[in-house]
Amino acid sequence: MSLLSPFGALGRATLALMAVVGRVALFALTALSHVLRPPFYARELGLALLNIGWLSLPVVGLTAIFTGAALALQIYSGGARFNAEAVVPQIVAIGMVRELGPVLVGLMIAARVTSSIAAEIATMKVTEQIDALVTLSTDPMKYLVAPRVLAGLIVVPLLVAVGDVIGIFGGYAVATGSLGFNAAAYLKNTMDFLEPLDVISSLVKGCAFGGLAALMGCYFGMASGRGAQGVGRATKGSVEAAAVLILAANFLLTGAFFTL
Amino acid sequence: MIDLSHVSKAFGENRVLRDVTLTIDKGTSMVIIGGSGTGKSVLLKCILGLVTPDSGTISLDGQDVTKADRDAFLARFGMLFQGAALFDSLPVWQNVAFRLLRGSLQKPRDEARAIAIDKLRRVGLKPDVADRFPAELSGGMQKRVGLARAIAADPEIIFFDEPTTGLDPIMAGVINELIREIVTEMGATAMTITHDMTSVRAIADRVAMLHDGVIQWTGPVSQLDSSGDAYVDQFISGRAEGPIEAVR
Repeated sequence: MSLLSPFGALGRATLALMAVVGRVALFALTALSHVLRPPFYARELGLALLNIGWLSLPVVGLTAIFTGAALALQIYSGGARFNAEAVVPQIVAIGMVRELGPVLVGLMIAARVTSSIAAEIATMKVTEQIDALVTLSTDPMKYLVAPRVLAGLIVVPLLVAVGDVIGIFGGYAVATGSLGFNAAAYLKNTMDFLEPLDVISSLVKGCAFGGLAALMGCYFGMASGRGAQGVGRATKGSVEAAAVLILAANFLLTGAFFTL
Repeated sequence: MIDLSHVSKAFGENRVLRDVTLTIDKGTSMVIIGGSGTGKSVLLKCILGLVTPDSGTISLDGQDVTKADRDAFLARFGMLFQGAALFDSLPVWQNVAFRLLRGSLQKPRDEARAIAIDKLRRVGLKPDVADRFPAELSGGMQKRVGLARAIAADPEIIFFDEPTTGLDPIMAGVINELIREIVTEMGATAMTITHDMTSVRAIADRVAMLHDGVIQWTGPVSQLDSSGDAYVDQFISGRAEGPIEAVR
């Protein structure tokens, strides 16, 4: 082994990473171009909206309510150290709307929807259903990918909005039920403190996370290897990639909205 | 007429097709035989454009398939996949009528359903199967649905990829008979890949043997037993000894 071997290995790893980034970027551009160009498959879009949106509501709601409730308890006990217990409504609101609502919904969608999309498309690939689509004059990017990506872009911001509201309600329920806050004052403080930019950032993050989650599911599904192992790898890889990209995008979007 | 000229395809170091030249005349049923992993499915996928050859040309009625209008080209084909490749999320009739519900061959929904039920009947399935989902059907029934889907738009050319794999001998016989009848009555050009010799004798007008990415022999099915080709003789007799290595 020469002294330069580690550099060679680093170079190969970098090139491999760049190749993956390039493939994902090309896939994303192709998918988005199909979102904008006919033909559109309304039934597939409807099913994707139902699966990503409506059927994710229970898990999103439960995640948000427990997070909001725990957040209220943490802020109350932490704030007590410097006599700032009264800021619970404001911090719960800003914490849920700006950060926890979008991120937790994004991660829940990555766990629930990205994995399901990747497994479904990978299984279709393994069982030659993707080839069958092509022979039936149907572009898989248009029929399978575009509706799911569009549904992610449309419906995840709505889920984030619902998650924000339920999370704030979780904080409200704990604060008024066991921490002695006045219900009307809690709601007033929440409403007064939130600014339009907080809500807009939340919805934009939801849109970005929904698109990323759906794209990763579709990409890993379409790029799946053979057999059950290929489907398993595609599913695992899609969730890992979606989660990391969502957290990275969250950092970038937070910086763009609140520090620039 | 489908014409393959000097077609080669490699996946990395693995040269799957090596300079394949083959002609399939209009209205004939060509069966490609050969062991597992000899490139039969890749050959078929090259013709359909699912796999791009590294070199060589494939033409349909004299026109290079890579330069033809893709939709118009695919509209001439029907294909039965090895595992049927039915769409799990759609009921049987929508699988059969898939091509008739969208794209250039789109028909009103009621008409498409009627055609699907007619095609299901043609492959020996009752109309009550139409509203069931693929997962509720046996392997033989799924193959029949796949066959109904392949012929739904009355294609000029039909490809059959291992049509009897995984079926019991009786069901395999039924599928073979159906393929022969349908190809004859539709006057379609057929290309079947299989290593089931019963299927070969039931379906083929002509046979080509693919081994190690090369067409070893081609001729009418009537000459299969007297081909004089060592590869063909070993393959059709199922002997372990011969030019084809038993362990690949």
